[in-house]
Amino acid sequence: MNLHVSSRDIGERTLDIVSEMKSLEGPLLPILHEIQAEFGYVPQEALPIIARELNLSRAEVHGVVSFYHDYRDHPAGRHVLKLCRAEACQSMGGDALAERVKSLLGIDFHQTTLDGAVTLEPVYCLGLCSTAPAAMLDGEVHGRLDADAVRDLVAEVRA
Amino acid sequence: MSVRIFVPQDAAALALGSERVATALTREIEARGLDATIVRNGSRGLHWLEPMIEVETPEGRIAYGPVKASDVVSLLDAGLTTGGTHALCLGKTEELPFLKNQTRLTFARCGIVDPLSLADYRAHDGLKGLERAVTLSPADIVTHVTESGLRGRGGAGFPTGIKWKTVLDTPGDRKYIVCNADEGDSGTFADRMIMEGDPFVLIEGMAIAGIATGATKGFVYIRSEYPHAIATMTQAVEIAHKAGVLGSSVLGSVKAFDIEIRTGAGAYVCGEETALLNSLEGKRGIVRAKPPLPAHKGLFNCPTVINNVISLASVPIIMDKGPVYYKDFGMGRSRGTIPIQIAGNVKHGGLYEAAFGLTLGQIVDEIGGGTATGRPVKAVQVGGPLGAYFPRALFDTPFDYEAFAAKDGLIGHAGITVFDDTADMLKQARFAMEFCAIESCGKCTPCRIGSTRGVETADKIAQGIEPEKNLALLADLCNTMKFGSLCALGGFTPYPVTSAMNHFPDDFRPVPLVEAAE
Repeated sequence: MNLHVSSRDIGERTLDIVSEMKSLEGPLLPILHEIQAEFGYVPQEALPIIARELNLSRAEVHGVVSFYHDYRDHPAGRHVLKLCRAEACQSMGGDALAERVKSLLGIDFHQTTLDGAVTLEPVYCLGLCSTAPAAMLDGEVHGRLDADAVRDLVAEVRA
Repeated sequence: MSVRIFVPQDAAALALGSERVATALTREIEARGLDATIVRNGSRGLHWLEPMIEVETPEGRIAYGPVKASDVVSLLDAGLTTGGTHALCLGKTEELPFLKNQTRLTFARCGIVDPLSLADYRAHDGLKGLERAVTLSPADIVTHVTESGLRGRGGAGFPTGIKWKTVLDTPGDRKYIVCNADEGDSGTFADRMIMEGDPFVLIEGMAIAGIATGATKGFVYIRSEYPHAIATMTQAVEIAHKAGVLGSSVLGSVKAFDIEIRTGAGAYVCGEETALLNSLEGKRGIVRAKPPLPAHKGLFNCPTVINNVISLASVPIIMDKGPVYYKDFGMGRSRGTIPIQIAGNVKHGGLYEAAFGLTLGQIVDEIGGGTATGRPVKAVQVGGPLGAYFPRALFDTPFDYEAFAAKDGLIGHAGITVFDDTADMLKQARFAMEFCAIESCGKCTPCRIGSTRGVETADKIAQGIEPEKNLALLADLCNTMKFGSLCALGGFTPYPVTSAMNHFPDDFRPVPLVEAAE
C-alpha cells in the first residue's frame, strides 16, 4: 500500500486494474476492492476512469462507492482496529470496552489518531459471537477481549 | 505412520490464539524430532474450549483444551502424541457430551477433516451426493430436495425444492446459482464455520443445485468481514476445479458447472437476496421489489437460485442418504436438522446441530449452561438483530419455524444470543432501530425514516419525555415498518423492539425528569 502516489500514477494503476478485471461478470465491486487494496482507499481521481471504461456515468460509480461501508474516500491510519458493536458483543460488555478503547486512543469511531497510527472503526459482527467481545486488527481476529487485552492491542498499534 | 495433531484454523479458534499454539507446536515437534504432522482443521464447535487441539490415536481422537501456546511444552512432556494424560485433557472427542448428543448431518465433517484435502473429503463420504446427482435427471434431483422438506436456512424458511423447481421450469439460456454467504446477523456463525471447516460440502451442494436447475455458473457472495472464509473458499474452488469436481465436465459427466467467489463490501442489507443480486451486478445494494422473483428474473435478469450456505450445504447428504433419511429428523413442518449457534453471554457457546424441536430452555440452560457471567438469564435474542427477545417465560417454545412465529418471533438463521440480568431492554430496542438506520438501503420510507424516528422516540422514553405518548408512538411506528417495508430489514426490525416492550415493560418505565436545581 503506497500512500504517496501522484494523480498520474493513480490514473495508470486504475486503468491497469480495470483492464484486467472488466471482463468479469459485474466487475465494479471487485475492481473497487482491488483499487482500495492498491491505494488504501478509493481515490476520487479513479472514479472517472472506472466510469469511462465500464461505460457507466460518474454518478453511478460514485453512488456505488458511497453506498458500501468498506470503501474509504481517504487513507486510513497505519493500523485499522475494528471493534464489534453488535448484540452478542454487547451482551459481554462490548459497549464499555468500546468506551475504554476510545479513551485509550483519544478518538471516536471513524477517526484516526493524530499520529496516523490507527483508525478506529465499528463493525457489525465478525461471526465471533461465541467468543465475544471481538475485534479485528489489520485482518487478525481477537476474541474474549477484556480491559487488559485491549490495552495490549492499543499498545501494539501505538508501537 | 506420522501422528496427526489437529489445531483448528477456524476464525473463533484463531481469535483465541490457535495460530500461536500451532507455531509453538511446530517448533517443539521439530526440536524434539517427533514424527507428528499438524493438520489445520475447522472447529468442532465447542468454542469455550478453543483452541481445542486433538490427537489421533488408535482408540480415536483425544481432545485437549483450551490450550495456550505456553501449554505446548507440558502437553508434549505428558505424551500428547499418544493421547497422554494432562490437566487440559478432555478425553475422547466423540464422547464429549456437547458433541455426542448432536445430530451432525450438515456439519458431519466440520472440525474432523482437513478442510482443503479433497481426499479427506472423499474418505468421509464427500462427493457421494454429487456422484448420485449426475446420474439423475434434473427433475428427480428437485423431487429429492422437495421431499426432504428442506427449507431455506437463511431465515425465511422457504421450501428449497420449490425454489429449485421454479428455476428448472423457467426457460433461460443462462441460469445462476447464487450462494448467500453474507452472514451478517449477530449471534450467527454457522456459514463461516462450514466455509472454513468443510468448504467442499458447499461446493458440492452448489454443483448439485446447478445440475438440478440447468445453471452452469455459481457465485458465492461472502461478506468482507470473513477474510478467512474467503481465503479457504477460494482455495477450495481452485482445488475442486483442478480435480474435475467443477468445470466443463462435473465428475466426468456432460454437465458443466463453475464457481466464482465474490466479496461483499460491508453492507448488512446485502444479506437480503435481491440487494445481494444488485451488489453482485456491481450496483448499490438496493432491495428490488418482488415480483419478479429471482427464480424468474434474478442475476443479470436470468433465472437464479439464491440459497443460504447451510441450505446448499445440507443438499449433499440429502442426495447421498435420500430424502426420507433427512426428513425423519425434526418436528411439524420443520424437517431435518438445524445448526444452532449459541452465542453472547453464555457459558458453553458454540455450534450445536440438532433435529428441530429442542426447547429454547434446553438450548440455553442445559446445552449452553446458562450465562458466562453466572448471573441469571434475562433475555435471549433468537434469529439475529431482526429477531425477537424472548424472556424465560417463553423458554418452553420448541425450536421450529411455526412455533416461534406463533410466539411473535422467528428462528432466522438459528443464532441465539444470551443476555444476563444487567441487560437494559430499552437500550437493546433502541439499538435495533439504530442498526436499521445505519444499514437501511434507503429505498422504502418506513425503513429509511422509521428507523431514525424510532431511535429518537426511544431516546425520549429514556429521558422520561411524555413516556406514554411515546411508547404508543413507538408501537405505531413498529406497526408501520412491519407492514410497510419492502424487505425484512425494515419489516423485521420491529421484532426486537416490540418484543422488548411487551416482555420487559419495566425497562420502558418512565424515569422522572431531573429538574435543574434553582
